[in-house]
Parts: sequence; C-alpha cells; structure tokens
Amino acid sequence: MSALTSLTLAEARDGLKAKKFSARELAQAHVAAIEKARSLNAYVLETPEKALAMAADADARLKSGKARPLDGIALGVKDMFATAGVRTTACSKILDGFTPPYESTVTANLWRDGAVLLGKTNNDEFAMGSSNETSAFGPVHSPWRRKGSNAPLVPGGSSGGSAAAVAAQLCLGATGTDTGGSIRQPAAFTGIVGVKPTYGRCSRWGIVAFASSLDQAGPFARTVRDAAILLRSMAGFDPKDSTSADRPVPDYEKAIGRSVKGRKIGIPKEYRLPGMSAEIEKLWKEGAAWLKAAGAEVVEISLPHTKYALPAYYIVAPAEASSNLARYDGVRYGRREPGRDITELYEKTRAAGFGPEVRRRILIGTYVLSAGYYDAYYLRAQKVRTLIKRDFEEVFAKGIDAVLTPATPSPAFAVGEKSGDPVEMYLNDVFTVTVNMAGLPGIAVPAGLDASGLPLGLQLIGRPFDEEALFSLGEVIEQAAGRFEVAERWWQ
Amino acid sequence: MSVDAATVRRIAHLARIAVAEGEIEHLRGEINAILDFVEQLKEVDVEGVEPMTSVTPMKLRLRQDEVSDGGDAEKVLANAPQSEDGFFLVPKVVE
Repeated sequence: MSALTSLTLAEARDGLKAKKFSARELAQAHVAAIEKARSLNAYVLETPEKALAMAADADARLKSGKARPLDGIALGVKDMFATAGVRTTACSKILDGFTPPYESTVTANLWRDGAVLLGKTNNDEFAMGSSNETSAFGPVHSPWRRKGSNAPLVPGGSSGGSAAAVAAQLCLGATGTDTGGSIRQPAAFTGIVGVKPTYGRCSRWGIVAFASSLDQAGPFARTVRDAAILLRSMAGFDPKDSTSADRPVPDYEKAIGRSVKGRKIGIPKEYRLPGMSAEIEKLWKEGAAWLKAAGAEVVEISLPHTKYALPAYYIVAPAEASSNLARYDGVRYGRREPGRDITELYEKTRAAGFGPEVRRRILIGTYVLSAGYYDAYYLRAQKVRTLIKRDFEEVFAKGIDAVLTPATPSPAFAVGEKSGDPVEMYLNDVFTVTVNMAGLPGIAVPAGLDASGLPLGLQLIGRPFDEEALFSLGEVIEQAAGRFEVAERWWQ
Repeated sequence: MSVDAATVRRIAHLARIAVAEGEIEHLRGEINAILDFVEQLKEVDVEGVEPMTSVTPMKLRLRQDEVSDGGDAEKVLANAPQSEDGFFLVPKVVE
C-alpha cells in the first residue's frame, strides 16, 4: 500500500478518476502510514474513522461520475483550523478539549470539493514559533536527518506538523497558516512546496487568530502543481471575513507549464546578508540562472527597508496577538483555573494555559500598546510597514513580475538548538516576514540539498493576487532542481 | 527603552496573566532583549509617512441590518467550563 502514499496529489486524483484504486484504499494507506510514524509527532489528532467515512462518500461520487475536484484526496489540517466536531486546540493548553461546533471556511471549501480529513497536525502554540517546539503536544521531529547523524531536527514552524506530514508521505497535502513565514520556512526545511497567498485570498474565518492583519492560510504539497490544485479549492470570497477579497479564483493549475519568457525577476540586494552561507548564496544564483534559461529576465533591485521588517513585525504581531488572545479567559471555552474572584480566575487560567513563548508575546504586545508607548512602538512600526510595502510597489511599478530570494537563512537545525534565545529564533523569518508585512503572495520551492544532505528552498514573491506567476515560475525551479525525497524512512 | 521589574508586574496585570515573583527578573531580561532588537526602528525616517491601516486597498463592506444568525445558545455553551440555565458561570462579580 506504500505506493499509494508516494503518489503526488495530481497522480492520486487522476488514479481515482481512472478507477485504478478507490478513495477508501487511498485513505487506508495513509491511515496505516500515520500509525507507523507516531514518533514524528506530526499529527496531534488522528481521525481515521472520519477519513474512511469521507472516502466512502467520495467513492460513491466517483462511481456515479459526479466527481468533485478533490474527491478522495487525503489531507492533514493544521490544528489552527476549526473543524466541526473535531478537537481544535491551536496546540495550546488553554484550548484543552475545545471542540468547535463550526467549520473554518478554508476547510469547508476543501470538504465541499471532496477532500478527506486524515487528522489535525501539530504546530507551535497559537502558531507562534519557527521550529514547532512551543506546541503543548511537544515538538515535531523532521523526517529529515543530517547524513550520518541520528540527531532529531526541527521541521520548522509554526506549521511543522503539516510540513513533516507532507514530507514523510503521511498525507497528499496539508493546510497551513503563515503570519511571518509559518508555511514557507517549514516547507523549505522539509523539501516541499508551501504557498502564502495574497492577504485576503483565503478566508480567515474559523482560523484561530494570531495577528489578524498578517495571518493567511495556504497549502503544503510535494509539487508546485499539487499546491496550485489545493489553493484553488481553499481560496475564494467569504462574506464572513471582512478582509476577504471579492474576486474570482483562477484555475491555478493552468499556470503550470505556462511560459515565463520575458518575465522580469528582481534579485533584491538587501537580502544578501552579511555572513550568509556560501551554499545558500550559490543556490540563489542557480535559481536565477534556471529562470534565465527559461527565458526570464533577471535584474538586481533594491528593497531598502528590508532590514526593518523583522523588528517592525515583532511589534505589530505581538500587539495584535495580545488583543486577539484576550478572549481566552476561562469563561466561555477551554481551560479554567478556579479563582476567588473573576480577576484571579482570569490571571490563573491564563498563567496555566499559555506557554512561555505565547506569554512573552502577549506581554510585549500589551507593553507596546500601553498608554505612553503606543506612538513610540506601534504607530512607528505601522509607518515602517507602509515603507516596506512601498518598496515592493516601486519595483512592481518598474515592471518586476516576481522577486527571487532564499527561503531561509539556514537549513533545519536540531531540536533544542535555538530554543534558548527568542531573538535568534526570530531571525529564521528574516526572508519571509517582509511578504506578510506587505500582504503579498509568496511561494517556497525546494531547490537543493546542503553538504549534510538537508533541503534548502528558494522563495518567489509576487504582485498582489498574482499567485499564477508564482506557480509558473516555481515550476521552472522545480523542473530544474528536481524533487527531494527523504532518503531513509527511519521512523517506520 | 528598557523595562524595570515594576513595569513587568504592571503589564502582566494588564494582560491578566499571573506571574510568580521569581519569574519577574527572567521575563524582564527577555522583554528587554526584544525591545533592544526593535530599537533599530528609531533609525527610520518616518516623517510624513501614513501608518498602515490596511495591507490591501479595501472598503469595509456593509450588509443589510437583519438577523442572519443566532438561536444557538446550546452550541455557544457547549464548550463552557461551567454553565447553568443558559448562562456562563463565573465567581460573584457584584456584591
């Protein structure tokens, strides 16, 4: 049955339509693979019965010739998405046992199109982290290891469980959320494709809110085509999200294989960080050469406010988080610690429910929004954000179609290696965070392996709502670089 | 700018998170490290720059002022740690 789990999503879709196997067989193969891979801790909740029931419905539709676009496609869903009747915790103790009576719009769109839920995947608590080590369910171990080493590596974060599950073939694709790089960084660390769509492309309704002006849902998959197929189903206008974009969703799969001849690619000089590894520098040049060979024009550009994106992010994101997370009060849902009065109940509940990283960000956010500091921190950061966005607008106005950068400043690191210093951990998102600050779409595509055999990724940043360009260009990189699979399935 | 122990206690209270006295010093160090990191924003000339309010140009949509949802008291209370007679239960608030 392992052959079924190694199919790409597109191959599985075509195989189901050609009746080479059933959705039930496909679901069973994945359920069995997940059971054998529990040591990775990629899933925090397995839903095999639901998966088989959904697969049976898909089989009935496939049989009757009324198949939907994703019928029988088995997926993992990040624990940030509310799933009706299925425990949803954002991997936080404060949402212990929370079972939403409603379904997020993004997952509802996937089920509408026939997809199958395999389970909920692990993530950093409230999606705050870059290594999946802050989860209340414990860290995820990447399926990748350094050559000749058994040291457990992080899969990146915050969507570490989704990335590990896709890379280890424990699902055909998965959903993620990306506030500062939480889809693209883990995709790069695990050798798969991850897409952060334009702000407003996917509805935020029913997704646990972290930083509402930055949060976007997006897909993980093993190929660019598979990611395009998933995004088409996930995206779309939703009146329940006031920031949802009311514009048609293109058939993103049609962008695969479209010529990139004459496309103008910008290489931002500010992304060349002092002390950047020679391997990443080389990979970046290779990526530019591949695009050039496919007919694109590559030019150097300047995004002068790049270095201020990360510090501005660490004001804006915690500020919004401190406000969003005020709802966890021990009264309406989730965990509750008794107190003598209501204030003590709040304070004890929140002290027991939030982990150290979440608490740290709430405190920072509370401070930067507090009387007397608002102008110096929050207002200034929002002005810097305007400048970051303007940098991109200026290069797009000069005819640049997409910007090529490394996805991360390093390959995956070991579990525990960076958890001691919050600021060092934050630097992981240095290449990805600008995209959220400017509301743009970004894709991470695997592009090579480092000397120790770990995947490295490149990032393409596009114009607002031009995800199609990213899929066309991303596939050029994929074709040139090849795909990267985990060499040894040590967890089985 | 850096915070002192009294400020850490004050923001923890504003955030309604109980912090043990023994944790204050550690938290103060972490908060100050992050504030040091964001200090570089002071270099940026933001004179005359509008603060961002919306990352994509959009107008807030309005809908008809009519009931579109509701009557779900049971579902609303389904995850409550404590409830009774259709109400959330909390410690006595009004004497």
